[in-house]
Amino acid sequence: MSQPAFAARPAPEQIAPAEGSAAVVQLGVARRSFLRRHILPALPGIAARTVPPLLGLALALAVWELLCMGPDASMPGPSTVWAEAKELILDPWFVYGPQDIGLGWRLLTSLQRVAFGFSIATVFGIALGTIVGSSTWAMRALDPLFQVLRTVPPLAWLPIALAAFQDSHPAAMFVIFITAIWPIIINTAVGIRNIPQDYRNVALVLRLNHVEYFWKIMVPAAAPYIFTGLRIGVGLAWLGIVAAEMLTGGVGIGFFIWDAWNSSRLSDIIVALVYIGVVGFALDRIVAMLGHFATRGTAKG
Amino acid sequence: MTPYLQIDHIDKAFTPGTLVLKGVSLTINKGEFVSIIGHSGCGKSTLLNIVAGLTKPTNGGVFLEGRQVDEPGPDRAVVFQNHSLLPWLTVYGNVKLAVDKVFGPTKSRAERHDWTMHHLQLVHMAHEHHKRPAEISGGMKQRVGIARALAMEPKVLLLDEPFGALDALTRAQLQDTVQEIAARLGNTVIMITHDVDEAVLLSDRIVMMTNGPNAMIGEVLDVSLPRPRDRLGMTDSSAYLSARTRVLRFLYERHRHPVAA
Repeated sequence: MSQPAFAARPAPEQIAPAEGSAAVVQLGVARRSFLRRHILPALPGIAARTVPPLLGLALALAVWELLCMGPDASMPGPSTVWAEAKELILDPWFVYGPQDIGLGWRLLTSLQRVAFGFSIATVFGIALGTIVGSSTWAMRALDPLFQVLRTVPPLAWLPIALAAFQDSHPAAMFVIFITAIWPIIINTAVGIRNIPQDYRNVALVLRLNHVEYFWKIMVPAAAPYIFTGLRIGVGLAWLGIVAAEMLTGGVGIGFFIWDAWNSSRLSDIIVALVYIGVVGFALDRIVAMLGHFATRGTAKG
Repeated sequence: MTPYLQIDHIDKAFTPGTLVLKGVSLTINKGEFVSIIGHSGCGKSTLLNIVAGLTKPTNGGVFLEGRQVDEPGPDRAVVFQNHSLLPWLTVYGNVKLAVDKVFGPTKSRAERHDWTMHHLQLVHMAHEHHKRPAEISGGMKQRVGIARALAMEPKVLLLDEPFGALDALTRAQLQDTVQEIAARLGNTVIMITHDVDEAVLLSDRIVMMTNGPNAMIGEVLDVSLPRPRDRLGMTDSSAYLSARTRVLRFLYERHRHPVAA
């Protein structure tokens, strides 16, 4: 945007020391011209990106407030939520008792479970996807199984997980694992099957062995696909954890919602929903950024 | 004396009963630059892939210094038509991968670095060594592809229509680079092409293939023009014109492309 101005900018800092006391004046001029040349021209651009989302948010809040204004409204409006759950919104890190803790702590507990389940899903998903992607026989053997199992809703796994692990904590993590693993397997397999013949030929001419082929060709070539799978997987995992915690209890954000529902604290539920949404969005962006960094924008060359 | 590279009675059928190549035999001497020319679909790329070991012949075999070669290897480095650089590696990284693999056991780390930079210098790409393939032009990518192949120090350098995807000016520059390098290093080269001028400019011998199916070697022409060859100076030379005419006659009179005919 302001690059040409930058190139044309004189360098007053270099002149200043030679002129002794004039240095102060020079630097002042430089700072003001910096503001005028770099900050001011950028403002319309920043405004164009920040004003519309803020307007959208304000509009949504206004509509919500209007809809919940009547005396017999079944839902609290934004102002009621603010009045009833102010403490919950402003201080996510309070601890008043074992079950009376801020939403930040609850989210951390849930995130911990997701992190564990999702990490295992990543390792097994990439490994299985690699096998299915590189062997036609493995694909024929396992793909039908995967295609059926991946449509099973996360919560349907919960009773089996509870029976198998005899405890709600590992059962919840298993649900995350089994929810997140399918897109990772399938995307990894597609990525590996789509490695261009050219790259395989290069590997053949160089006589790369299996280990070298895996690390130098397969992983980088399939990385964009793998990260797509991870991104879908982390989204599903976050969907799954809330549902699983509603049933298994504990201190996670999912159980908080269930608990609030049982004690008719609707405002608390709405605050929790906003937190869940923001964290889910952040998870998605983090995995996307990791992917962008890992493939260094060279997914297509 | 055993021939350097011998292509011995190669048949190739992708579907049983339909031969793409039939009875192709060719002997190539050390340091010789041989072009294989023919219409598209005549199986010339298949022949190159068989020499490279990427495709298995149905009958016959390829012998390098008397030994049969039926698997790919760095002794027959290929410059692929579409450069085939790995997009996640830099220019340097692409060449270094080959150098590390081929010379890992015999050269030290510093020697491998120097070797890589030396070959990038040969193709005039040393100054761009830190860039990724997506950041350089098509001609530059092909230069890097050539550097990668040369850096393997192959016994035979295989060029699969290396300049086909380039514009005419870039192609001329690369032809000059290849000619200069081949003269300097004395490489044995097989080049697939469909460009008559390119074949005459670069080759010691031009192998003309008939149209497939059942494609075979129709004619072999010795190009005895003195080297180094200058593309401008040659345009008046009668030897150049007669070689060019002979290849054109073969391609467009006696073996017109079936679709074009």
